[in-house]
Amino acid sequence: MTEKKIVIPGEIIAEAKDNLPGEGTEKKGNDIVALRFGLAEESNRLVKVIPLSGIYQPRRGNLVIGKVENITFNGWVIDIGSAERAFLPLSEVPRYVNKDGLEEIMGIGDMVIVKIWSMNKRGIDLSIRSRELGKVEEGMIVKINPNKVPRIIGKEGSMINLIKDETKCNITVGQNGLIWIKGDKIEDELSSKKAILFISEKSFVVGLTEKVKKFLEEMKK
Amino acid sequence: MTNFKRPDGRKVDELRPMKAKVGVVPNADGSAMFQFGDTIAIAAVYGPKKMHPQHMQDPEKGTLRCTYNMLSFSVTDRIRPGPSRRSTEISKITGWALEPALMIDKYANMVVDVHINILQANASTRCAGINAAAMALAHAGIPMKDMVSSVSIGKLDKQLVVDVNKKEEDWEEGEGATDIPITFTNNGELTHLQLDGKITTKQLKEAIELARKSCKEIYEVQKEALKKVAE
Amino acid sequence: MENPIEMTSNLTAIRIKEYLSKDKRFDGRMPENFRDIIIETGISKNAEGSARVKLGNTEVLVGVKMNVSTPYPDSPNKGNLMVTAELLPLSSPRFENGPPKFPAIELGRVIDRGIRESKFIELEKLCIKEGEKVWTVFIDIYSINDDGNLLDAAGIGAIAALKNAKIPKYDEKEDKVLFGELSDESIPVKKELPISITAHKIGKNLIIDPTRDEEDISETRVTICSSDGEISSMQKGDSESLSIEEMNNILDLIEKTERVVFKKIEKSLK
Repeated sequence: MTEKKIVIPGEIIAEAKDNLPGEGTEKKGNDIVALRFGLAEESNRLVKVIPLSGIYQPRRGNLVIGKVENITFNGWVIDIGSAERAFLPLSEVPRYVNKDGLEEIMGIGDMVIVKIWSMNKRGIDLSIRSRELGKVEEGMIVKINPNKVPRIIGKEGSMINLIKDETKCNITVGQNGLIWIKGDKIEDELSSKKAILFISEKSFVVGLTEKVKKFLEEMKK
Repeated sequence: MTNFKRPDGRKVDELRPMKAKVGVVPNADGSAMFQFGDTIAIAAVYGPKKMHPQHMQDPEKGTLRCTYNMLSFSVTDRIRPGPSRRSTEISKITGWALEPALMIDKYANMVVDVHINILQANASTRCAGINAAAMALAHAGIPMKDMVSSVSIGKLDKQLVVDVNKKEEDWEEGEGATDIPITFTNNGELTHLQLDGKITTKQLKEAIELARKSCKEIYEVQKEALKKVAE
Repeated sequence: MENPIEMTSNLTAIRIKEYLSKDKRFDGRMPENFRDIIIETGISKNAEGSARVKLGNTEVLVGVKMNVSTPYPDSPNKGNLMVTAELLPLSSPRFENGPPKFPAIELGRVIDRGIRESKFIELEKLCIKEGEKVWTVFIDIYSINDDGNLLDAAGIGAIAALKNAKIPKYDEKEDKVLFGELSDESIPVKKELPISITAHKIGKNLIIDPTRDEEDISETRVTICSSDGEISSMQKGDSESLSIEEMNNILDLIEKTERVVFKKIEKSLK
């Protein structure tokens, strides 16, 4: 198998004698079969299936954008779109906070940029101990399917940098498919949003970068 | 095979024209439509997500929760909206038919919700629902060992036929109608069988073989639709 | 109250309001603009009439079924009308299984009154034998995907399904409806369509046909059903109050919009 191929659950991807089963696959008799719907890929004889759809699968170290879903006595329950419960402990705030003061720092319905600090049986622990992390005060949020995130970023950030340059916006892409856009004008933010949605819809088109360039130019007119 | 005449002129082992489409409900994490002739089912998957209410959570593994529901106007004789004993049973049966293919053990305390709605009915609605649900589950990225396909085998008088329609379901000549909805994984494991009517063991074995063959055809349609959505 | 990710965030709410104060919306529409209306009729063969309506990503299915029953004592010479709505869990992560909750009940009732009070269906023509036998018209509404404004989509769907419907054959001697066999006769309806349009108040602004996010931050809404400029039913929903001036503005806005929507429906039904 040399090229990428869409596979469905149970489908044979490659022969087991030449390859090893990676993520989203298993060895079954003489074959490696898909254990989920996605894009089958082989590199260095390791076969894996990259998801194309479905909810966000959290990983340690991921930067994600979430929403304050609930406040407890010692922190915030954040919905990051994962099946697991994610929690931002009060101890992550680098200053003294009165027990009644949690809501003033972040209220229900507020958006926050966080990092996945650890994952265990109880759920996910989040961190905001870095300059780029914390509550989102302005701008807008766009939601796309988390599996489209690599397309939005592009090779070494080429796609996202193109949008940033053309629309003069600051953009932070959460691995969970939530994207924060901040520009000087709402119009600029909306241009970024449209370009991002364009990419997420047309992510399989050949020569996507050129098409996005054209799309952004069209919007300027 | 035989000269048996089916009401719509199909061969005894011929399925009605099938149609399948993935991504029909934009809000859902996965969704699909599956159609056998005039029978149309749509399915949407939400999750895995936290199970509510909490007392229904399973701390050992994830839960699959299916709901099958016919729209009031999907049949000629209007159905009162809301669940019935029939839909409650089919919901559970659908879950049993799909579960052996799913790998949701790691989703402890969570639920995968599958909502199936029948838009238009001309028999075999539970089979169309299972076919749509299997596609929607795959589309939602749920870990699965295999795909699942379902078909109803009928015995009309003495003759076995595949993919029963309403006229055949109501067959009265000779020995009348026996309806046997059967579900298989693509690998050939039987995950669901129901039977209403009379049949000998020998002929039932034939019916199961016939279902296996038809499910392979259905699988191809499901597979094609799933591959198309990613293009 | 929990506030999961599919609910509109505070940030988005602020941004929508800010932009609306300049009379602009995220999807480029003006405050009074409807999304494109796509209507497909005859989508279910077993219904007497049916329609699929799409407003952007919002989709509803509406079916009409009929049966013969006894008339109500206070209207012995008129057919009956029954409208129900189900917000299917299939159509949104927010809808749950179980008995219909208030939004579904209200939706059915608002659509029911729009059709009933406008006298769109000529119910007296659906009388078979006075005091004994009349036709009952069932209109059943189902949401397939909720991206805001299910209410107006349902109203459009109900009209389209009614116009699409044919009365089933009825064996008078045997007193039996021959379900599945339709006559050539349409349900007697008036030419003027009763169109339900809902205006939403967000901050100081009024908008029509909200998306999901816009509907989430709507403070109050007014649904008006009117045909050819004549109002026949209304509903002010949600608890925020309105000034007389705001109510007048809503009336003017909907009157203006009705004509545009009427043309869109006419075009789409052809």
